[in-house]
This record gives sequence, structure tokens and C-alpha cells, in this order.
Amino acid sequence: MIDLTAYLLLGTVLFGIGVYGVLSKRNAVGVLMSVELMLNAVNINFIAVNKFVASSQVIGQLFAIFIIVVAAAEVAVGLALILAIFRQKKSVDLNDFNLLKW
Amino acid sequence: MMETSVQYAWIIAILPFIAFALIGLFLHRWPRLSAALSILAIGIAFLISLLVSLAVFSSEGNLVYEAAARWLSMPGLQVDMGILVDGLTAVMLIVVTTVALLVQIYSLGYMHGDPGFASYYAYQSFFAGSMLGLVLANNFGQIFVFWELVGLASYLLIGFWFGRNSAKEAAKKAFITNRVGDFGFLLSILFLQILFGTLNFNGLAGEIAGYTNTGILIGIAILMLAGPVGKSAQFPLHVWLPDAMEGPTPVSALIHAATMVAAGVYLIARAYFIFSSTPQALLAIAVIGGFTALFAATIAIVQNDIKRILAYSTLSQLGYMVMAMGVGAMTAGMFHLMTHAFFKSLLFLGAGSVIHALHDEQDIWKMGRLAGKMPVTTWTFVIGALALSGIPPLSGFWSKDEILLGAYASGHIGLYILGTIVAFLTAFYMFRLIFVAFFGSGEGGLKAHESPAVMSVPLVILAVMAIIAGFVGSPLMNNVFAHWVSYPGAVHHNPSLGIMAVSSLVAVAGIILAWAVYQKKMVNVAAVKTRFNGLYQLLYHKYYIDEIYQWLIDHLIDGTAKVLFWFDVYVINGLVNGIAALTGMAGQVLRYTENGQVQTYAMYMFAGIIVIIGLVMMAGFAIVL
Amino acid sequence: MNLSDLVFIVTALITVTAAVGVVGFKNIVHSALSLVLSFLGVAALYFQLQAGFLGLVQILVYAGAVSVLIIFAIMLVMDKDPDESNRSHAKQKYWGGLIALLVTLGLGAAIGSTIWPQSSGSLPEDSVGALATLLLGDYVVAFEVAALLLLVAVVGAIILAKGAGEHD
Repeated sequence: MIDLTAYLLLGTVLFGIGVYGVLSKRNAVGVLMSVELMLNAVNINFIAVNKFVASSQVIGQLFAIFIIVVAAAEVAVGLALILAIFRQKKSVDLNDFNLLKW
Repeated sequence: MMETSVQYAWIIAILPFIAFALIGLFLHRWPRLSAALSILAIGIAFLISLLVSLAVFSSEGNLVYEAAARWLSMPGLQVDMGILVDGLTAVMLIVVTTVALLVQIYSLGYMHGDPGFASYYAYQSFFAGSMLGLVLANNFGQIFVFWELVGLASYLLIGFWFGRNSAKEAAKKAFITNRVGDFGFLLSILFLQILFGTLNFNGLAGEIAGYTNTGILIGIAILMLAGPVGKSAQFPLHVWLPDAMEGPTPVSALIHAATMVAAGVYLIARAYFIFSSTPQALLAIAVIGGFTALFAATIAIVQNDIKRILAYSTLSQLGYMVMAMGVGAMTAGMFHLMTHAFFKSLLFLGAGSVIHALHDEQDIWKMGRLAGKMPVTTWTFVIGALALSGIPPLSGFWSKDEILLGAYASGHIGLYILGTIVAFLTAFYMFRLIFVAFFGSGEGGLKAHESPAVMSVPLVILAVMAIIAGFVGSPLMNNVFAHWVSYPGAVHHNPSLGIMAVSSLVAVAGIILAWAVYQKKMVNVAAVKTRFNGLYQLLYHKYYIDEIYQWLIDHLIDGTAKVLFWFDVYVINGLVNGIAALTGMAGQVLRYTENGQVQTYAMYMFAGIIVIIGLVMMAGFAIVL
Repeated sequence: MNLSDLVFIVTALITVTAAVGVVGFKNIVHSALSLVLSFLGVAALYFQLQAGFLGLVQILVYAGAVSVLIIFAIMLVMDKDPDESNRSHAKQKYWGGLIALLVTLGLGAAIGSTIWPQSSGSLPEDSVGALATLLLGDYVVAFEVAALLLLVAVVGAIILAKGAGEHD
């Protein structure tokens, strides 16, 4: 009963929650955390499909490893950016970052 | 030698253009050198024309030479530049080169001391080259090009004394009126190209002979007629010719009497293969010509300016020629063109001689007693007037008689009567002029002196031509002219002694009436004027045609212009400005989306992703691919 | 409904709840701790999917390093009341919620309507060995590039965090 569709839907739900977080959080670190959620959801998809559809090789898991690698790097750089901005503007509230405003 | 000269006929047209270019570019600082070069060019052209014409005439008009070079070649369109030499061409070559040469020599005296002496000769050469190119053309495209060039030369020469406002206006009027006619002409050329694929005269003659859709042919013929109506100043596009008298008198002699205005008649002759198969168009031509002849003659009898009288006389004679074309007497029309060129240019040059001697006086009532002081001018002028009136055995008699014979014998009795009336009026107004200006009792002539030889010798030469040129079309030489200029299907009418007698009597009657009224003062002219004042005013003001045209232009054309201007300002500008304003407003509204918040942009992105998901869901994966 | 299904459902519920907690808590530290829980839930799911090695990697990297990194960063940039530090935009959150909902529904519908090809085989027993074969065999270029990426990220992060403009 619990098959591929269930895992994929779970991934979709997590993805949706992550999207909500990205679009509505005011704290930059909160946005980054939501992005991590989205990446995890994608990982679940890959591994589920690997097991149920293409289970001769572990390609899906390989993909997921690479995604983890990239996500880790991205978090590191992102947080470094936030630190740099914080030093300038003394705030990580995204409402304050509107230099591109008309 | 004569036969081979035909192959070099193209040089005739090139030489004056070379002179024009040289004078215009380099020599205009040396007036006498410019004049010499111009006269040399036209002189050599005259000699070559003589050789070519003799070659054609001695073959009884059977020699036809055509040579062409491909100028433009596209799929579906081939345009050549070439020459066609036949009897018609030869006649025109002689006329144009002779009169042009004599006028240019005459101008040495007339234009002496004028600051624009060099450019005058440049323009004269330009005109001569264009007219000769027109005459030598072998296809409609080329003839149209030179048609326009001749019009340009006319504009330049009418407005030669460009300091005078009346001259500028007259030049513009001439060019614009011609353009109206040229529009129809161009349309007809386009139709010919579309229908038959060729504009070559000989080629078209072959195609049209077998063409059955006469309706279209009539349309083309009527459109083509617009060209001669403009160029040869027929009613209703005649209005420019009297005003063209603003130009120097030799110009009037050359262009507006002998050659350019004859180009329309020449065109009809050249394109006769179209007209001869459309009787309705021919009738239209005849009526227009006849009407113009009468119309202009009635105006001429009340004019007081010597050049105006001659201008209206030219209009009237052009009407004769066009009428001749219309009744099928193409040979007679061309014959009259030739004789008219000689005696009309003689009359104009004579008038120029008088004007020059009296220091630009042109009102005949202020002249008088010129005969004593200027004998050469007077007697050559009288010879010209006699020729114009059609007194035998001068040239005008033979040509005019041929036309009247053609009208009578082809059944157009009304036109014959009209032509006879015009002959009477012609004699009347010419001798009115002579009796008032040359033999009258005015005092103006007492200060005159005869013109220098450079002006009076051409007068004498032209007088000789006016006397003898008519014999080639007369029964005395078996009408050898008809062998030179004719068309397939021409009907030859035997000369009628009756018609000859009637036309001569009518002319003599006109002369006698003029003598009675103006020399012997048997009729009180002033009383007649007041009694018929309405008619007099109508005639004097040229039937108010100019005023009618001006009213039409003011109200129709300017009115239309005002409507279009309103449209342009409010509708088109409104549209364009409206679009700009719309863009501005859209920008004003849309700029609020750029709020600098990256999350907002991310939201737009995800919205787009939703749309794409929806599309893929609905239409399958193929969309993304 | 057998045991494995039950385990799946429980794990799934925990993960989703933790995810909701990440975006829901107004206190950012609570958010971060929720995030750790969700990572652990996801790792449990990996184990159920017979990706043992990957589950361990998930715990090590995500729940271990990345979470610590995030909490450090939170500490460093905290400047106001911790209880209010992870608010959402006042009006924008409704739009964001709508879009997130639509995305979820759209993707869900797409998934539901797809006919997935079923495979008959099973994953290799030795998943680590298989991964190693792929990683150092067919996909060695990607492996090397990923290593380079990590190097660049480290260097970049150091420079950014340190601040430019001071030349040592």
C-alpha cells in the first residue's frame, strides 16, 4: 500500500512547506532553512524513484549525495553572506534589503 | 555615306548634352566660349541630322533603322535605350535642329549682356539634347524620360529671369500643369507594359494589331492622350502656355512654338498604331483639338501683348494639328507641325526683334510705324503671318489645306467648318497685330532701329523656309511628304480645288477685315468694345479659366489639405502620442512591482512555475519539449 | 497495513510536523531545532528506502554539520528579541501560502496522474560498494567537480565572513 506515490507526495508536501517558508519569512536565516527543506524533499524523491523504478543501480542515491554536497556548500556561503550583510546593516530583516527599489 | 550616317544618329542627341555638361561644370565663367560650344554642338547635330534625313528621304521613306542597347533587364521587364530612325524621325530631326540652331545664333544678339548668358546656353543645349532624345526614342519608357527632361528644360528656361516673381510663378505653373498630363501618360505606359510586356514601338505595333479587347485599348489611348493635352497645351491644360511667355523670346520661339509643344503631336503620331484602332479615342482627340483651336483664336483677337497674341496663335495651331490627328490625317498633322515650326518661330523671333529694339515694350498699342525703321523684321514678319494665315503658295497654305481636306473627306463636316472659321480668325488677329504694330499710327516705332545681323539673318532664313517648306507636301511635288510620314491604313484623299479656294478666300477675307478695322479705321473699335463689353471681358480674361482653376485649387485642394492636416494633428498624432502616454502610464503602474524585495520576485517566479505545471498537465509533456 | 507501512506513516507525520514547525515558529531558535528534527525524520525515511549509507550521510552532514552551522549563524546575527526574530511578512504570507498551496496541488496532481513504470529488480545489497563504483567510475568527473566546489565554497565563505577590504 505504501508505494512510490506516497513517498513522492510526501516529498511534494515538504516542498510546498519549504516554498511557503521561502516566500514569507522575514529573517534571512529562516529563508535559508526553508531552502534546506526543499532540498531534502527533492532528495526523498530521488531516492524513492531509485528504489521503486530503477533499482538495478544506485543512481538516485548518487544524485542525492551530490545534492547534499551542494546544499552544504550553499548553506556555508549563504550564511557567510548573511554575516557580511549583518555587519553592514545590523539587521537580517529582509524588509530592510530594498536597495533595488524603484 | 548617307546610309551609314544613320547608324550614328544617336550622336545627334548626345552632342548637346555633352555641351550642357561642359558648360555647366567648367565653362560657365566664359560666356562667349559657352555660347560657342553650344552652337557648335547643335550645329554638328544639325549636319548629322541633315545626312540622316537625306538618307531617309532619298529612300522614299522606306529606310527604317533601329538600334538598341539593353539598359535594364529583370524577369518580366526589359527596358532598352535605343534609337529609331524612320521618316517621322527624320522630319522631326530637321525641324528641331534647324530651329534650335537658328534660335541659338539669334540669342547671341538677344541675350547679349545678360548676366546669365552662359547658363542660358547650357539650358538651351540641355533642351536640345532632351528634345532630340525624345525624337529618336524607340520605346515608350525612353520617350517618357525625355518627355520629362524637356519639361524640366522648359521650367528652367521659362523661369530664366528668376528675379521676377511672375517668371517663377509661370515656370511652376508650366511644370505642374504638365505633370497633371504626364500622370495619365505614365498610367498608359504602365498598362502597356503590363498587358503586352514590351514598350518598344515596333513590338507593340505588332501586338496591338491582333489585340481584340478594344475597351482596354480605348482606356489606354485616352490616358495616353493626357500627355499631349498637357504638353501641347490643349484645353483644359492649356493654361500654362500664355504664361510661359515670361521666358526670353528666343525660348518662346524654340520651345513654346516649334518644338516642345509639338512633342505631344509627335507622340500621337508615334503611337498612332494604338489610336488608329480606337475610333472613339480619335474622335475625342479631334474634338479636343478643334475646340482648342477655336477657343484660343477667339481669345487672341482681343489680346494686346504681342507675345500673348502669338502664344494663343500657337495654341490654336496646335489644336489644328491635334484635330488633324483625330480625323485620321496623321500625315497632314505632322506636315503642319513642320511648317508651323518654321513660320511660328519666325514670328516669335521677329517679335523678339521688335521687343529688343523697343527695350522690352510688348504692348502693340504702344508700337507703331515699325515698318520704316525695321524693314527686315517687318517684311519677314509679314511673310510669317501670311504663311500662318494660309495664303498660297506659302507653306502654311498647303499644310492647313491638307488638314481641312482630311476633316472634310473623312466626314467630320462640323470640324471642317470649325477649321475654316478658325482660319478666318487667324488671319484676322495676325493682321490686326501687323497693322497696329508695324503699320499703325502709334509713335512707339520711331525710336526703333533694325536688329543686328546675328538676329536678322535667322529671320531671313526662316522666312525662306516658311515660303518653300510647304512644297514637299503639296501636289506640286506629288506630296512626297506623305511617303515619308504615314501609317498603315492611311487613306489618301485627292486634293480638292474647292477646299483650297474656300480656305484661301476666307484667309483673304480676314486680312481685309483687319485692314478695314485697324488700318483704315472704318469701324469704331472703342464703340464695339463698349457695346459688347460682356463678351469682350470674357475673351480678354481668357474665359476666366485661370480664375476658375484658382478657385478650385483654393477650395478643393486647400480644403482637402486642411481636412488631412486636422486628421494628421488629431488622429495620427493623437494615436502616436497616445501610445507613448499609454506606455508611460503603464510604466507608472508597473514600477511598483519593483519593490526591491527579492522574495517578491521569487513569488513571481513560483507563480510562473505554477502556470507551467498547469500547462504541462493539460497538454501533456510535449509542451515542455 | 503492516508494520513497515505504519512506521512510514509515523515517520512521515513527524517529518511534516517538524517542517511546519520550521516555518511556523516565531522564534528562530525553535525553528532551527525543528529543522534538526525534520532532518532526522528524513534520515529515517532513507533507511526505510534501503539507502542506509545515505541515511547516515544525512545525519552526519545535515543534522550534524549544517544544523550546527545554522545555529551558530543565528547566534551571530541575533540582534533583537529572540521570540520575534522569525516573523513572517504581514500581508505577503497569504500570497506566499496561496502559491505554495498551488504548487503543492499542481505537483501532486502531476504525480498522481503519472503512471510510473514499476521495476522488478531490487537494490544491491552492498549499497556503499555500488555507490563507490559509480562515484569513482562513471561519474568521477562529477566527483572531482564536487570536491572543487566544496573547496571554493570554503574559501569563499571564509573571505565573505571575514570581510573584504582589509589586506593582510
